[in-house]
Amino acid sequence: MSEYILNKDYFIKVIEDLAVLAEEKKDYFSELDSAIGDGDHGMNLSIGFREVSKNLDSWKSEDISTLFKNVGTALLDKVGGASGPLYGGFFMKFGLPVKGKEEVTFDEFIEMMETGVAIIEKRGKAKVGDKTMVDTLRPAVDALKAAYVDEKLAPKEAMKKAAEVGSAGSDSTIPIIAKKGRAMRLGERAIGHRDPGSASSTAILAIFYNNMP
Amino acid sequence: MKRLINDPYDVVEEMLEGYVLAHKDYVTLITEGEAQGRVVLSKTAKKKDKVGVIIGGGSGHEPLFLGYVGKGFADAAVVGNINTSPSPDPCYATAKAVNTGKGCIYLYGNYAGDVMNFDMGAEKADEEDGIRVETVTVTDDVISSENIEDRRGIAGMFFVFKSASAKADLGGDLDEVVAAAQKCNSVTRTMGVAMSSATLPSKGGPIFEMEDGDMEIGMGIHGEPGVRRGKIEPADRVVDQIMEPILADLPFAKGDEVYVLVNSLGATPILDLHICFRRVAQILKEKGITIYKSLVGSFASSMDMAGMSVTLVRLDDELKELLDYPCDAPYFTQV
Repeated sequence: MSEYILNKDYFIKVIEDLAVLAEEKKDYFSELDSAIGDGDHGMNLSIGFREVSKNLDSWKSEDISTLFKNVGTALLDKVGGASGPLYGGFFMKFGLPVKGKEEVTFDEFIEMMETGVAIIEKRGKAKVGDKTMVDTLRPAVDALKAAYVDEKLAPKEAMKKAAEVGSAGSDSTIPIIAKKGRAMRLGERAIGHRDPGSASSTAILAIFYNNMP
Repeated sequence: MKRLINDPYDVVEEMLEGYVLAHKDYVTLITEGEAQGRVVLSKTAKKKDKVGVIIGGGSGHEPLFLGYVGKGFADAAVVGNINTSPSPDPCYATAKAVNTGKGCIYLYGNYAGDVMNFDMGAEKADEEDGIRVETVTVTDDVISSENIEDRRGIAGMFFVFKSASAKADLGGDLDEVVAAAQKCNSVTRTMGVAMSSATLPSKGGPIFEMEDGDMEIGMGIHGEPGVRRGKIEPADRVVDQIMEPILADLPFAKGDEVYVLVNSLGATPILDLHICFRRVAQILKEKGITIYKSLVGSFASSMDMAGMSVTLVRLDDELKELLDYPCDAPYFTQV
């Protein structure tokens, strides 16, 4: 069996789909944020990915690492708030393990995911159970590693599992109080509401999965 | 939505364009480089050898932050999207633009996004230009958390900005400016009430649903839910419910002297604010607390939200001197 490869076209398609997601789910993410935050999560992702879309054609000749560095920088610069440093940081670091490459192995892909999620945890100072996007991303990346490395699942099956675990992680934010972000100040009143960052992270993982060959 | 805007994606840029044209004697916009057109700079910045005072945060709270950039007040404001912290590069660019060699202070409300972005700006200023940047986050909203360091910053930011700016203009070094900001923050307490949601330009409607005739005690200036929702009550009864947690929190005690701000969140008339202020004054008199000075108006808004907040600052001689210090900015001038 030849080695499983994710090429640049895959990553470009992922970025294009992320931009579509940011427009289509703008109101949904903002509604979630209205319940326990300040209602801007959808708008912020939309502002960020509009900037990405505007420039994506001119980035397509770059290697994967630079491509994502550009995506991350655009989000960081245009969005601000918490989403800017978190998602901006994720994409800026995402390509770091594969500098100069035009395609990556699945092992490298897992390393990219780990690097990206680690910066979100560091910058947001959040742990699983804090009712943040980390509740989706950390279990998803751990499940990805376990499924591929330990359980020897095929790459796409492993990513499917990661996306499912991430989605369950988002569900797990509903019945809990928040320990980070603006929802933290709500105490018990945050119970019953899904964390908007965990919802957008779940949708992002689904896009990584859906586009896999 | 009853707002006068064009494309919702252009609201911040178009506001800034108008702002610097309207107040051209006071400020300019830094458009080049990392500032990304999001830095409002005082025409008096760097005219004096002093600590640079930088304030900032999301848009939608005008006249907060940019309205307080001027002579004797802040040197610059970093401007974010609606209800959203500015990004790191404009924060960094601002430090470069106002630093005279004495370092800079970042002052803003205590929100997770603002902390992340301003901290990244400060790191970059240190690493790339060796500029020392210190930070004081404002935590005046009594109802937002039991732990003071977790509290958010609302209208009381005005006083913290004013104190630090005066200290810098008087020639204080960076440590002294930080100390002045911390001191003012430590004795400033605010609580608010909202009676309608602000409308988000991007949504074309309210941030959250609120029944006509309802009020929410303790709501934040971004519309973060407060502590209790109920029917709108008479002004005196509402003020009583706000004043009780404020007075108990510091606590303010008999013999204290305070600065009072009764602040409109955008849509509450000045008439109503003075009815509220009258009740605040009655309560303070009963408690034996003296009003040193007062401000009544819109100093930190949430666009078109109906509602108001009360801020008390417990004064000593130093804070009086700093808050009385002359300044001239588009939205606050005193001689």
